[in-house]
Amino acid sequence: MQEITRDTLISRAKELLASGEVDRVYGWKRGEFCYDVTPALFTDAESLEKDFEWGDFCGANLSKYLVEETRKSEGKILVFMKPCDTYSFNQLLTEHRFDREKVYVIGTPCAGMLDPKRIRDHAESFTSVVSDENGVTVSTLFDGDVKLDRSEVMPDRCLNCKSKKHVAYDELFGEDGGTIASGRFDEVEKIEKMTPDERFEFWRGELSRCIRCNACRDVCPACTCEKCVFDNPNSGVENKAAENSFEEQMFHIIRAFHVAGRCTDCGECSRVCPQQIPLHLLNRKFIKDIDGFYGEYQAGAEVGSRAPLVDYTTEDIEPSDAVKGGDENA
Amino acid sequence: MADMKEPLIPAIGEVVDIRMDTPDIKTFRVVTPDGKKAFDHRPGQCAMLSVPGVGEGMFSITSSPTNTEYMEFSIKKCGCVTEWLHSMEVGQQITIRGPYGNPFPVDDEFAGKNMLFIAGGVGLAPLRSVINYCRHYRDRYGRIDIVYGSRSKDDLLDYQEIINEWAVDEDVHVHLTIDREQEGWDGHVGFVPNYVKELGFDTENRIAVLCGPPIMIKFTLAGLCELGFEKTQMYTTLELRMKCGIGKCGRCNVGSKYVCKDGPVFRFDQLDELPDEY
Amino acid sequence: MRKITLDRLDEFFAAVAGKLKLYIPVDTAGGAQFQQWRAGAKMSDALNTTRSAKDFFFPQTENLMEFKTEGKKIEIIDVRRENEDFAIFGVRACDVRSFDVLDRAFLSEPADTYYQNRREHGVIFSLACSKPAETCFCGTFGIDPANPKGDIVCYKTDDAIYMEAKTEKGANLMDSVSDIVAEDEGGDGESAVNAQKEIISERMKKLPLASLSTDKFGGDKTAKFFDDPAWKSLSESCLGCGTCTFVCPTCQCYDIKDFNAGNGIKRFRCWDSCMYSEFTKMSAGQPRLTQLERFRQRFMHKLVYYPANNDGMFSCVGCGRCLSKCPIQMNIVKVMKNLGEGGENNG
Repeated sequence: MQEITRDTLISRAKELLASGEVDRVYGWKRGEFCYDVTPALFTDAESLEKDFEWGDFCGANLSKYLVEETRKSEGKILVFMKPCDTYSFNQLLTEHRFDREKVYVIGTPCAGMLDPKRIRDHAESFTSVVSDENGVTVSTLFDGDVKLDRSEVMPDRCLNCKSKKHVAYDELFGEDGGTIASGRFDEVEKIEKMTPDERFEFWRGELSRCIRCNACRDVCPACTCEKCVFDNPNSGVENKAAENSFEEQMFHIIRAFHVAGRCTDCGECSRVCPQQIPLHLLNRKFIKDIDGFYGEYQAGAEVGSRAPLVDYTTEDIEPSDAVKGGDENA
Repeated sequence: MADMKEPLIPAIGEVVDIRMDTPDIKTFRVVTPDGKKAFDHRPGQCAMLSVPGVGEGMFSITSSPTNTEYMEFSIKKCGCVTEWLHSMEVGQQITIRGPYGNPFPVDDEFAGKNMLFIAGGVGLAPLRSVINYCRHYRDRYGRIDIVYGSRSKDDLLDYQEIINEWAVDEDVHVHLTIDREQEGWDGHVGFVPNYVKELGFDTENRIAVLCGPPIMIKFTLAGLCELGFEKTQMYTTLELRMKCGIGKCGRCNVGSKYVCKDGPVFRFDQLDELPDEY
Repeated sequence: MRKITLDRLDEFFAAVAGKLKLYIPVDTAGGAQFQQWRAGAKMSDALNTTRSAKDFFFPQTENLMEFKTEGKKIEIIDVRRENEDFAIFGVRACDVRSFDVLDRAFLSEPADTYYQNRREHGVIFSLACSKPAETCFCGTFGIDPANPKGDIVCYKTDDAIYMEAKTEKGANLMDSVSDIVAEDEGGDGESAVNAQKEIISERMKKLPLASLSTDKFGGDKTAKFFDDPAWKSLSESCLGCGTCTFVCPTCQCYDIKDFNAGNGIKRFRCWDSCMYSEFTKMSAGQPRLTQLERFRQRFMHKLVYYPANNDGMFSCVGCGRCLSKCPIQMNIVKVMKNLGEGGENNG
């Protein structure tokens, strides 16, 4: 089997640019260090060769950028997608957020990303990371090399990866995988088992760190409203820190409700949170409940699927059965 | 005088008179609860008015500093705060703080000059204070010309004052225009920039002061340049979103200037130094 | 110079906390954060806190005043609470410099009295950085982490903390706890501190951003950089969130809003961000229409506009928070390196 490398992707991107099939490429760009990779647009071979990055730190999900980028011109955009990114891609198509014809998707394999925050927990002031099947070797400025297991420095979303399958692509590099029965609901179950008071305290503690930077919303592929209610000064719930912290908690809970049934569990919200609030757990609770009440449903698995919350069948659970008054797990 | 030692804490103001100027502009007369003027100001300066629970907004003080009894604000209805202000009745209290910003240099660069005021729509509001200041100290200035245009006759701000006071003053020349023909209007019809060119002012010893919508400013400025005006003899006042009024909240920052503190009055050559973000 | 051995640190904190409110960095699920000291609280070993120390003087939200309304009448109610002495332990050299940057904005006439009162009531224990991170570039702005400013400067070694009061405020506080932390007369203080400084200086030279320079920036560079083609690629993937501005120790933009709590009206101030689309939006128009303009504003302010008004001082202290926190890993270092290099694709 052909080994997929950065060069494989660059040469294919160059071919597609040269043939005129696409006129720009959304990919990842190298930074100052090994890990500060930025989503970026490339329009020529030279910049691809110089700056294109593909590796352990290309965690950013590029699907949301397509909403704006496809509006900018008639040309086609090449975009690289990891398996989880393709679920967001499909979900955006389901919601008619961009024109599929304007995008050329290359699916890329993924062994799980690395999390700079977790690396820092083991290796301060690190400058390079080399990973292979034996693990991860981190070079530091002042403490020499540190050897780690990959699982020690992967983010939760990759440790609990739900699928190695690309659900959308025009061209696939590497062999496709399948969906994975991961332990992604384990943490949710732990929280469900708490008493209402414990649960309230847990979330109050986590959400009290929120600085209302809106990074979670702004990165979220399910948050593509043209005008967010939290950006509307006349809404009374405008986007800044609130005078009382209860509003902060409401912000996240309202957002979780708003993306319920549409969230693909890509985990970008938790990746970008500067305060390391496990926001994805709110969304996973909804996913778990929806699965339980209506049968398994994965947002973005298919284009055009009707999410249980916007669909009606006579078999649907009665709301009174779904939420019982005084139910501890409600 | 508002307490500038506590710049964010306002004083209480009471609205003692409300005048419906145009269908969407009202002029409010404000004094302190004991009936005095809230603070002294210079022509072109602004004040922060607020309706507690609704919000604060920066408004130019339209009455002249020579009026020592009260302040007036001509306010167009175009947002939360202004809508609330428009719904007020006489006797309502609001809050007021200021004065903010740099005034027009009425006692320096303007002294001894022929004055040309050009305004469009609610843009007359900031100029009213300086026009009345010049009229008050009439002998300090040369000829005064006022070119003022609006959408219709009904949209002309301070119409009664213009007709009954300004137009009858000696050597004050008022040139009114409206955008479209209207029954009962026998004055000039046409846009301000064109009217200015038709009137054809000479540049000799003259200062021009412009205020109005950006599009009017743009074309009037071009027209005046054609007539030979230098940017150093033309002034305007800017409006940007403001919250603090004291050059700190960052909202009205344009280049190294803060419109609330370094403006709102700018000479056009000073504006050329700033990035085009206003 | 005074010395407290690490095994007695808790005793020292207790003594200071007996005089005024004391805040120290502690480890939390969200990284190190300043928290009020309580018996048993363990000081974080992290290089720096997730949020900067600006919160102490310019909190994310603060109630400025309240109003009572009755009929057409309004009453303004004083709710100020910022006149309380406090101390912050463990502020790094970069954050100490950020107070100078904020002072120039908030204390210039007319001074912001809420900020001013907090500044007057706060005592700063700065702490030299024994192990800077790869994201650090305070040296670019002339900051020396081996010699931080502050009311009391501290050096932490393997077994002790050495402290030296640098201001009257600092000396008074140290005098008040001298029974716990005595003068290190004839002790090893000076040599231990010098050895620390030596290590820090050596480590600073090894930092990957050590050579980053401000030479091309300054107050007279608006025309040079405003229309730089690099802004397009630098800003193209910016999400428009406020993370960089909120973790930044020098970002100072704020909003003032009213909140009707049902039982009275509060007027509060909260951090705002020039990165937000609503920041400059007016009923009548929007001077910064796209994210490019908003992104540009933030960096032009730090590298050009602020220095123009403040004797060439830059509004960045090289703390590196934006480098590690930006969701898309765009930051001031990339901006500084790519501006003025000619060409869009360098972004």
